[in-house]
Amino acid sequence: MLELKPERLDFDDFQEQLISVCGKIFRADMTGALYWPAEDALIVADLHLEKGSSLARRGQLIPPYDTRETLRRLAEALDRYDAATVICLGDSLHEEEACERIGAEELQMLEIMQENREWIWVTGNHDPSIGERLGGHVTGDIEVEGILLRHQPRPGRVTHEIAGHMHPAAKLCLHGYSIRRPCFVGNGTRLVLPAFATYAGGLNILAEPFEPLFGNDGLRVWMLGHEGLYPMATRLLKED
Amino acid sequence: MRDTTRQHVHQKRTRRKPAVAQDAPMLPAVFAQWFASRGWTPRDHQLALLKAASERRPALLIAPTGAGKTLAGFLPSLVSLAQRGRAKKGAGLHTLYISPLKALAVDVARNVMAPIAEMGLPIRTETRTGDTPLSVRQRQRTRPPHILMTTPEQIALLLSHEDAGHLFADLDTIILDELHALAASKRGDLLALDLARLRTLSPELMTLGLSATVALPSELRAYLVPQRTPRRCTELADLVRVSGGAKPQITILELDESVPWAGHTTRYAVHEIYQAIEARRLSLVFVNTRMQAELLFQELWRINDLGLPIALHHGSLDASQRRKVEAAMAAGTLKAVVATSTLDLGIDWGDVDLVIHVGAPKGASRFTQRIGRANHRLEEPSQAILVPSNRFEVLECRAAVDAAEAGAQDVTLSRSGALDVLAQHVLGTACAGAFNPEALFAEVTSAAPYGALSRANFDRVVDFVSTGGYALKTYDRFAKLKATPDGRMRLAHPRFVLTYRLNAGTIVAAPVIKVRLVRRRSLDNRKALTGGRVLGEVDEYFIEQLRAGDAFVLAGKVLRFEGMSENEAFVTHAGARDPIIPSYNSGKFPLSTHLAERVRALLADTQTWDRLPAPVAEWLRLQEAHSVIPAREEVLIETFPRGRRHYLVAYPFEGRLAHQTLGMLLTRRLDRAGAQPLGFVANDYGISVWGLADLSAMIEDGRLDLAALFAEDMLGDDLDAWLAESNLMKRTFRQVAIIAGLVERRHPGREKTGRQVTMSTNLVYDVLRRHEPHHILLEAAWADAATGLLHIARLGDFLHRIDGRIRHQPLDYVSPLSVPILLEIGREAVAGSAREELLRDAAQELIREATGGEPSCSS
Repeated sequence: MLELKPERLDFDDFQEQLISVCGKIFRADMTGALYWPAEDALIVADLHLEKGSSLARRGQLIPPYDTRETLRRLAEALDRYDAATVICLGDSLHEEEACERIGAEELQMLEIMQENREWIWVTGNHDPSIGERLGGHVTGDIEVEGILLRHQPRPGRVTHEIAGHMHPAAKLCLHGYSIRRPCFVGNGTRLVLPAFATYAGGLNILAEPFEPLFGNDGLRVWMLGHEGLYPMATRLLKED
Repeated sequence: MRDTTRQHVHQKRTRRKPAVAQDAPMLPAVFAQWFASRGWTPRDHQLALLKAASERRPALLIAPTGAGKTLAGFLPSLVSLAQRGRAKKGAGLHTLYISPLKALAVDVARNVMAPIAEMGLPIRTETRTGDTPLSVRQRQRTRPPHILMTTPEQIALLLSHEDAGHLFADLDTIILDELHALAASKRGDLLALDLARLRTLSPELMTLGLSATVALPSELRAYLVPQRTPRRCTELADLVRVSGGAKPQITILELDESVPWAGHTTRYAVHEIYQAIEARRLSLVFVNTRMQAELLFQELWRINDLGLPIALHHGSLDASQRRKVEAAMAAGTLKAVVATSTLDLGIDWGDVDLVIHVGAPKGASRFTQRIGRANHRLEEPSQAILVPSNRFEVLECRAAVDAAEAGAQDVTLSRSGALDVLAQHVLGTACAGAFNPEALFAEVTSAAPYGALSRANFDRVVDFVSTGGYALKTYDRFAKLKATPDGRMRLAHPRFVLTYRLNAGTIVAAPVIKVRLVRRRSLDNRKALTGGRVLGEVDEYFIEQLRAGDAFVLAGKVLRFEGMSENEAFVTHAGARDPIIPSYNSGKFPLSTHLAERVRALLADTQTWDRLPAPVAEWLRLQEAHSVIPAREEVLIETFPRGRRHYLVAYPFEGRLAHQTLGMLLTRRLDRAGAQPLGFVANDYGISVWGLADLSAMIEDGRLDLAALFAEDMLGDDLDAWLAESNLMKRTFRQVAIIAGLVERRHPGREKTGRQVTMSTNLVYDVLRRHEPHHILLEAAWADAATGLLHIARLGDFLHRIDGRIRHQPLDYVSPLSVPILLEIGREAVAGSAREELLRDAAQELIREATGGEPSCSS
């Protein structure tokens, strides 16, 4: 059986990891958020707010707490980095109508986070428009310091890009155990963020859709744990 | 022993007498003639059931295999249908026969179709299972047969139709077969609710239950009748009991060769097993897990110089292959079948004259059931050989033989009806039409398992079905149930009917992967991989651990894992390399409480050791000399150093599941006490925890208090904290969520794979625990965990029992008794938390590489 390690590393060792994209340095957080120190900006992707009520509308009454849970984790990340700017990389709403369904309490959480802060909603395929109710600026793709921030990564050998949309997840197999978790995936010149949503499914990074983005080599992966963000050797990863 | 034998000799004699009408005033002439024509006389219990039925009194028949139980169940319906031309109120369905088994055909043909045909009775019988063609099923709803033979799930589905009232209006009798296997389960809960519904639709309905011998018949008797005042008194059906047949002749295999210390392979005895097979007509070789089945099958064929026809039968094999084996058994062309619990129940496939039980039987009732597979004639003794696979199992086998000879049965934990099943039933009821909550509550509590259900909890379940039952009331506008002006509840949209029918049932199978055998050549062309023969199915988590090129055993073949696509694994024939035996635990039952008690008693009573094989008795004497033998009511805890580690070994004998939970909790507590635990391992008999601190010294100077360590409050905060991460708990929640209809197992037109469901229920579990810890589904999952995968209830009983009865023995070295448990280290993986550790480990490995270790070779 798997033994517990006597010499445990401290909690902080894995709380965040440095990731570089075309020479720019980012701090990736274990919540799935990405902090850009030079710009004092926090980037998150795929919040899918009100996914719970979207499913409920179709008859699957899963717990309605996903929006507040997602915002709570976002607040947690903001507490750590206190960024001046927050950029949400699309699919912030699970569907356009979800905007009206966000509850008063959750709206207030959002309002508090937006105080004294620039808030940018980049649009995605799930939320081509975002109601004024949510505050902030709504925009398409943006470019910051030569880095393209967009929802959907462009296929092919694109560089200088940070995107979401894919919901990357990795599966680790070790000592006869396997574990599947959301992850950051990049190659030094582009990066795909994990979905920040509470009810997000994940797509294995070894699956076909990732091939046009990264090819087969130089893939770097950071898996989200409950207590840290863990850099992972790709040879330990497995297809579904 | 003589007495029972004589009794059955007597029965045998009465068989030869010509038909006797005076015994059976209610038996019509045509039936009496039929019995006579076959040289039979109706047995006492068959007549007793007929009498009960004619007086419209529900009854439970308890009889061992071979007593003509099924015919006894059908007889009243056949007589009733043959006699009267009844006035039809509805569709004319007279009798429902409900069995947990899908493969009804053989038994039914023999017990029902044959008598009907031979007597020329105008009775139409049909079966209905998931395999019945759609057109037949639709026709059955409007023009049903007189007797419908079906499964509990089909009843639930039939009841969800608007025309259920018409269909069941004439229902006269329900026969519940193998009731012992059904009642104390979620399937049993669903069936109990459906029975209550059927009684509402046809108030004159009568039930007949058929069961193997059980410890507490009163629970089954209560199950059969409506409970009118459930909180005040329990009403019981009549009991008809056939005293047990001839006593079985059981021997425990004893070899000169010493029994292994640990392990479950039983390799040491394979020659003796083979010889036993050779000497008999047809042997059933029962094992406890599919893994043991595969392994033993391999071993037997390795030495099968005579080429005896030996076959394999377990739940992972493809159904068509299993049907072939069953047919071959019936045809008498086989010499032996290595089988798991798939052959435990009901149907007789052949003329079995020997049961070989390889590995300890784990439970007294199951053992009796399995022995009964040999020889289905009541008056002849069944023959069985027990083959223990290690030393502790020798004790367990001895205890099992004693239990079988005493006719003792396991007591199943009494449980109350599951709330997730009730949720499914409420939705099903709404599918058939609007219901009055008041009336439905009365109906539900008339079902024995739900007798103790409070109105408040019933309302919570209805609220859950309607809006999810969350404190945050945002889903009211999406409610599935709407109140009508007259206070009833109706379905808000007809599409929910379809979702209900696609998700009905209480069996939530673990995600499985089909294994397909392909030619190596076709591997180059991935598109060609769609072909190939299906060998069977294995649990998804087993396949997940394999890498391409790994060899494993399935269906008696050594296979090379090549890869996956969707829900299928592709394999090729592998050379003679050392294969991994599938480590899936399917069908692994923990040691029953009853047998555990007997094992403890056997261990404590040194006088009885003479009955054990010499090496085993010697082993126990060594333990007595070097450590201590615990008294029957004590729990022994040994502490000793070994290598650079310190061990704590406890012997609760409470079964693997309870021990695993105990291990998780003990390591937490030892960690807090500063004992620096590193890991633990558990089997059915004991548990060993090891760590860095000197435990003997800590206990001696009072830094570690064993009484406090094993205190009952362990099941409070520690358990709660562990449950938050426990995969077993998440798996339990997933089943509850699916049964209750919170998540769908199938969408119209597209089946969700198990993996997708697993993911979303884990997320839902985390969110609910944080935001609504008292949600009814979490309560339901907790109730399951108590008796299910985590055996918390049993652990609680244990902790209570040993309060003040801990016997601590510090030692300088390993004790004889602890050796088998320590040998489990590295053998058994404990499914539990440790997930974060895994990520840490893997990340550390990358860091080591990055800081000058071996270079990373990405694949």
